[in-house]
Amino acid sequence: MAPAISRRGFIVGGTLVGGGLVLGFALRPWSNLPAARALVTANGGTLLTTWVKITPDNLVTVIVPHSEMGQGVHTALPMMLAEELDADWSLVRMEQAPADPAFANGGLARGYLRGDASIPALLAGPSDFAFRKIAEFMNLQITGGSLSVRATGVDGMRRTGAAARWMLIQAAAAEWGVPAVEITAEKSQLAHAPSGRSATYGELATHAADFDPPGELPLKPREAYTIVGTSKPRFDIPEKVVGQARYGVDVLLDGMLYAAVRSCPVFGGSPASFDTVAVANRRGVKKVVAIPGGVAVVADNWWRAKQAVDALEITWQEGDGAQHSSESIYAGMEQALDAGKLEQDYGFGDADQALRGAVQVVERSYRVPYLAHATMEPMSCTAYLKDGELQIWGGFQDGLGARSFAAKSAGLAFENVTLHHTAMGGGFGRRGSTLNFLEQAIAIAKQVDAPVNMLWSREEDMTHDNYRQASVARMKAGLDANGRAIAWLQEFTEKHDPEDATWIAYGIADRAARYVNGTDPIPFGPWRSVDNSHHGFFIESFVDELAYAAKRDPYEYRRELLANAPRHRLVLDAAASMSGWGTPLPKGRGRGISLKESFGTIVAQVAEVSIGDDGQARVERVFCAADPGEVVHPDGFTAQIEGGIIYGLTAALYGEITIENGRVVEKNFGDYPMVRLADAPKIEVRILPSGARTGGAGEPGTPPTVAALANAVFAATGVRIRSLPLRRHDLRAPVEAEERKLG
Amino acid sequence: MQITVNGNLIELDVEPDMPLLWALRDEIGVTGTKYGCGVAYCGACTVLVDDKPVRSCVMPISAVEGKTITTIEGWNHSDTMARVQAAWVAHQVPQCGYCQPGQIMAAVGLLLETNDPTDAEIDAAITNVCRCGTYTRIRAAIHAAAKGA
Repeated sequence: MAPAISRRGFIVGGTLVGGGLVLGFALRPWSNLPAARALVTANGGTLLTTWVKITPDNLVTVIVPHSEMGQGVHTALPMMLAEELDADWSLVRMEQAPADPAFANGGLARGYLRGDASIPALLAGPSDFAFRKIAEFMNLQITGGSLSVRATGVDGMRRTGAAARWMLIQAAAAEWGVPAVEITAEKSQLAHAPSGRSATYGELATHAADFDPPGELPLKPREAYTIVGTSKPRFDIPEKVVGQARYGVDVLLDGMLYAAVRSCPVFGGSPASFDTVAVANRRGVKKVVAIPGGVAVVADNWWRAKQAVDALEITWQEGDGAQHSSESIYAGMEQALDAGKLEQDYGFGDADQALRGAVQVVERSYRVPYLAHATMEPMSCTAYLKDGELQIWGGFQDGLGARSFAAKSAGLAFENVTLHHTAMGGGFGRRGSTLNFLEQAIAIAKQVDAPVNMLWSREEDMTHDNYRQASVARMKAGLDANGRAIAWLQEFTEKHDPEDATWIAYGIADRAARYVNGTDPIPFGPWRSVDNSHHGFFIESFVDELAYAAKRDPYEYRRELLANAPRHRLVLDAAASMSGWGTPLPKGRGRGISLKESFGTIVAQVAEVSIGDDGQARVERVFCAADPGEVVHPDGFTAQIEGGIIYGLTAALYGEITIENGRVVEKNFGDYPMVRLADAPKIEVRILPSGARTGGAGEPGTPPTVAALANAVFAATGVRIRSLPLRRHDLRAPVEAEERKLG
Repeated sequence: MQITVNGNLIELDVEPDMPLLWALRDEIGVTGTKYGCGVAYCGACTVLVDDKPVRSCVMPISAVEGKTITTIEGWNHSDTMARVQAAWVAHQVPQCGYCQPGQIMAAVGLLLETNDPTDAEIDAAITNVCRCGTYTRIRAAIHAAAKGA
């Protein structure tokens, strides 16, 4: 299934000033590449292109168009290129691409959509959401959707590495006057055994640029990998353990000032008036300025700015948002579902008809609250506007999108905005498309004649996030005489993405999902795994309830429904086996199982919980099996799954953003607590690469976790958790004997 | 007033209630120590004061006058710190890395006090938040550093 790729459309090569090869993977190379050259020449005196350069010193530098937020993409993508190039890994370097369209990862999608290139066979097909996501991310430098390795790596890095290798071999063949087939390439060295000649990649790189690679080059078979599939030490770690990584908050510029802000506690509100007299004479305070939704104090030290902004007397124009509360929002969601004007999410067969024919119908409702991202680094950004040129420093998941947003916000042309990437103190979706903090930083820059480093306090960060939506789900299933599910209907509020978040792998022919939007007045933002985060809870809690309704073991029950989903069943089996499923546990402990595919990776988890004297659940162990198709960096993948599980546990145990009078009640970690080391379970991860298309790593660990935990609580206590977080439930509460018996 | 930061004697002219964190970051320009919550919950701001871990976001500068401060940049502080940092690399602990200076300083403080801590001692001493969820690796790295790895 070799992909058909139009020849010159994808790979473009060129020479570097001072010698060497640049090689890019681009659709419009004739317009893109010169722009890229000019940009990076100004920056470092050396030319780069979209993906890789090979210099006479025999270094291979891979240009990565995605942001590093600890997910390891700055290491994994170079590994994929170096593999096909047969580069010596110790001679491979990484640079992050500037926020410039020449480095946009959407080029792939644009090409496919415009017909510049055929869609590779492996991307075709209605069920491949990777492709649709690429299409959505056109012309953006998105780092999200667990896509970096899946799209940029698979479709860009590998092919570019193979093309560079081919060109180097042609150059060696021409210089030495020998057939190309007799030349070997290994560890950044070319050799011709019959004549005993050899050269480094660097020595032949300039000459290699003369050759035009064919459109289709074979990629290495998996068995031949020496780099991909190993766990190379991450490039970004050494500086992070000595305090040298520079985050948005750490920007330090000549003459720079610091800003602290206070935004209207009600969403959509703004300052009606504020009195600066009280703070104008405070030490270090330089200026008090109005900004969108709030007020900023600029000072020579952030603490001084923060003290002053807290002391400001501000009268707020709260606006219509003040009427909302969590309870009124939930009530509105229930009413919207009652009204029954739902849109179809997906539908196969006839779920309504099948429900009417069922022997037993099970109906349950679930709900989840709003969640904040709570990145460890609160929102921060440094901006400096001088002579019509805006410079921005900060951590962004989509550098190009941020630059474009900044240009609009400042009323400048795109070309007059420069974005300097810093390290990101956590992303999880927060630093992507939701840029209210950037808007404020730019408003400050417009009013202050100096670079200003704006940092939100934790309280501002928690109360002015863009939140994972609250959502209500009503689940209905029909069982046949044997208890097997034959009909499935999910109705829910607030669909965002990804589109397949509600999909189930279970073999239920008549199934449908329907939703209603417009019930959520609170700012939304993608939160690690987005809609999967709650659909994993709804779907997998409900399947668990069906198993008990059918008086079946929850693992066996799922397994039988996966007869035609062998990859899912293998993963489920592995998690069950790892956990010792079915073996006795001490009294008061329970195991819960859960399965959710998201972002192309299938993940099953078993959580083992105990219940403390305080009536709260303690997660003892989590066993996780995952099939990401192919894994590029096993240790990095494992780390992402471990982190995804902890993120899910924090949400399940503690996570709740409450709205009262249009305001967020929770202000800091004291009332929005986090799982800490002492609460963290032992986690075992087993990777089961099936060889299918590479799936994501950053997000798929999170969706199964909440249900695994809730199902384990039921097994341990007989208390069925249908709303989150768990800390709102007293697990010592008596439950009806009948239900308990089923556990 | 004077404090010693990573072996350097620093003269400061700041308000006595300015937290040590902001003196370090915005007055001295040592930015490895991070702000996370401002209320001593998350520990991103952990530094050593006379070799004891403290949360610098709530520590008034007046309370550390004349004392010796070690931050994540104090690479030559001790063999213990070097071992902890090496173990952090060997176990590939950091993800985003923002909380890790605080995690590392808390771990150094623990190991200076307790050569070979038990899991329970680690649980009690390392209360720092890591939103990326690197806890399993933090625990393993502390054990490794304690054993000299």
